[in-house]
Amino acid sequence: MLMTFFREEHELFRKSVLNFVEREIRPHVEEWERAQSFPREIFRRCGELGFLGAHYPEEVGGSGGDWWYAAAWGEALTHGRCAGVAMALMVQTDMATPVIAELGTREQKEEFLAPALRGEKIAALGISEPGCGSDVASLRTTARRVEGDYVINGAKCWITNGTRADFITLAVRTGPEGSGFGGISLVTFPTDVKGFRVTRKIAKIGNHASDTAELSFEDCRIPVRYLLGEENRGFYYIMQNFQGERLIAAVSAVAGAQLALDETIRYTQERTAFGRPILKFQVWRHTFAQLATEIEAARWLTYRAVDLYNRKQDATREITMAKLFAGELACKVADRCLQAHGGFGYAEEFPISRYYRDVRLITIGGGTSEIMKEILSKRMGWG
Amino acid sequence: MKILVTVKRVPDPEQKIKLKDDRIDLSAANWQLNQFDEYAVEAALRLTEDARNPATRLGEVTVVSLGPAEVQQQLRAALAMGADKAVRVDSRDEDLDADIVARTVEKLVRRDSPDLVLMGKLAADNEGNEVGQRLAGYLGWPQATFASIIEVVEGGKALLVGREVDAGVEMKKVRLPAVVTVDLRIVAPQAIKNGRTPPDHAYPEGPRYASLKGIMAAKKKPIEELTLAQLAIQPTLRVRTVSVRLPPPRKAGIKVSSVQELVDKLHNEAKVI
Ligand SMILES: Cc1cc2nc3c(=O)[nH]c(=O)nc-3n(C[C@H](O)[C@H](O)[C@H](O)COP(=O)(O)OP(=O)(O)OC[C@H]3O[C@@H](n4cnc5c(N)ncnc54)[C@H](O)[C@@H]3O)c2cc1C
Repeated sequence: MLMTFFREEHELFRKSVLNFVEREIRPHVEEWERAQSFPREIFRRCGELGFLGAHYPEEVGGSGGDWWYAAAWGEALTHGRCAGVAMALMVQTDMATPVIAELGTREQKEEFLAPALRGEKIAALGISEPGCGSDVASLRTTARRVEGDYVINGAKCWITNGTRADFITLAVRTGPEGSGFGGISLVTFPTDVKGFRVTRKIAKIGNHASDTAELSFEDCRIPVRYLLGEENRGFYYIMQNFQGERLIAAVSAVAGAQLALDETIRYTQERTAFGRPILKFQVWRHTFAQLATEIEAARWLTYRAVDLYNRKQDATREITMAKLFAGELACKVADRCLQAHGGFGYAEEFPISRYYRDVRLITIGGGTSEIMKEILSKRMGWG
Repeated sequence: MKILVTVKRVPDPEQKIKLKDDRIDLSAANWQLNQFDEYAVEAALRLTEDARNPATRLGEVTVVSLGPAEVQQQLRAALAMGADKAVRVDSRDEDLDADIVARTVEKLVRRDSPDLVLMGKLAADNEGNEVGQRLAGYLGWPQATFASIIEVVEGGKALLVGREVDAGVEMKKVRLPAVVTVDLRIVAPQAIKNGRTPPDHAYPEGPRYASLKGIMAAKKKPIEELTLAQLAIQPTLRVRTVSVRLPPPRKAGIKVSSVQELVDKLHNEAKVI
């Protein structure tokens, strides 16, 4: 194991998550994919075992671990061979909640964060809208201040965990129309508020076990104390929050690619054509050697980003590169691995076919590859 | 109740076996806690807790392993599950056989006087299934092997042990102290009754997962380090490995077109009927 970064307790944690994934998730994946959902109980069990709060401070019910726990968590989750469940859980741990730990008041931490880390409340992150995804600064869901309340109107789209979330870490426009990135705020939004509605569950090509929702808000009143941090600083907080989200996406992309490649190598060792294992054809050996090399490169770029992020250094450049590189690579690995399976790669009964469908999200969710390049080129001063 | 649980690290049974210099090549082995030993740890924990309040320990569980420094990982894993302390007796795998292990554990038992020694029924590497029986012999203690049910009876002075046999479950009463080796079903939801946990309590199937709290706590639990010499054990092997060979590859199967043909082949070629 990688003793450089992962210490003995990280490895024990990884083992425990892996055990859980192998016994409590993997055997049910087919069923949950068909049902397009999985039991709430999984959140609760993960909370009970301390998986959800591993890298959160003890004051909010976490275990005070460092970010290598998040990395071990993200890697281990890929072993369920079901990106839908993994994503739902990573939204809970690394997408919707870190910003509450960072900026929330004591009440917000008690009401939203702590029960989320215990797995009792399901969390969602609501930024994207039907009319805007990449261009976060143009979001249109408004929050007007009325007598100590915010009154929220608008719609959100693509919200993971959205059909059953107990609360949403929600991006809203508190500035006037046309205020751009300077008029956005983040709030904690309980979904039992009047006027909130799940408009529809979006049917997708992959991640079937995870629900993705379109949501509507009609005169939803929440108290101003649900504001996260300062008003109109939301864009900045979102960009900060994206770092952890993109990093865990990169971590999971690398681990998933490695798993797919390992399984494909095993398959091609056993499957024969023209009197020999597929793996003995030079074209495949070379393909796999190339992919193994690229995965290794992606892993170390990602670990470099994790190390910086973990030490609270500026890691935006490395995280952006890791998300870009690992995401694109995972798609390529999925494509080649499916090909190496021949017809079985196209059949539902082989995990590689699900991986192929699921993996496609990585270069889109949490910011597209194009946006990653945009961020990088601007940082280099070319934009 | 004071329980001593023996644990062994074994190479991942799913990994392909490779030979090198007439030995199994373990250089790339992925070591893990032997599954039956993990079950023994789970059984010991269930015996020493009230499931309604597992944080308060009602007994003490010590895990013991013989092996090189790396075995610490498996011991920590058992501590993370909830065992109270650990002992590692330093040794190299190739210097051990079932008899040396049994004699070493005997010394520890005589030193620490547990009420019960719980062990996995066998280790998944060589599937020896000897150490428990040898240990009970050396100690002169009652034994029950392949336990799938354990119930504490007579106010903690004896155990009622269910053992799976071909015709059903044989129930045996053993006085404590005793040696019990466990089988797979000992981790069924209601396999263990300790007299404290309500008898209708159902555990989740299987050994518990180490919680992160348990992992953090395990860092602070003591692991005692001993040598064979300190326990006055002469490491003279009674069993030597002469050579290791892979089984011959299996021949591909054939399809038969009728029952008659099948019977013919079984009779004339395979000569099994
Ligand atoms: C399954 C799934 C789950 C999701 N979960 C969540 C969630 O939980 N919460 C949430 O808030 N969002 C979520 N999203 C939304 C996701 O973050 C957005 O889909 C993503 O940011 C892209 O936005 P968009 O879909 O509006 O695409 P658009 O912004 O419309 O982009 C369309 C295309 O144009 C390209 N493009 C855009 N701008 C540029 C540019 N400047 N230069 C070059 N090309 C550009 C994009 O790269 C893309 O290829 C989810 C999406 C999916 C599919």
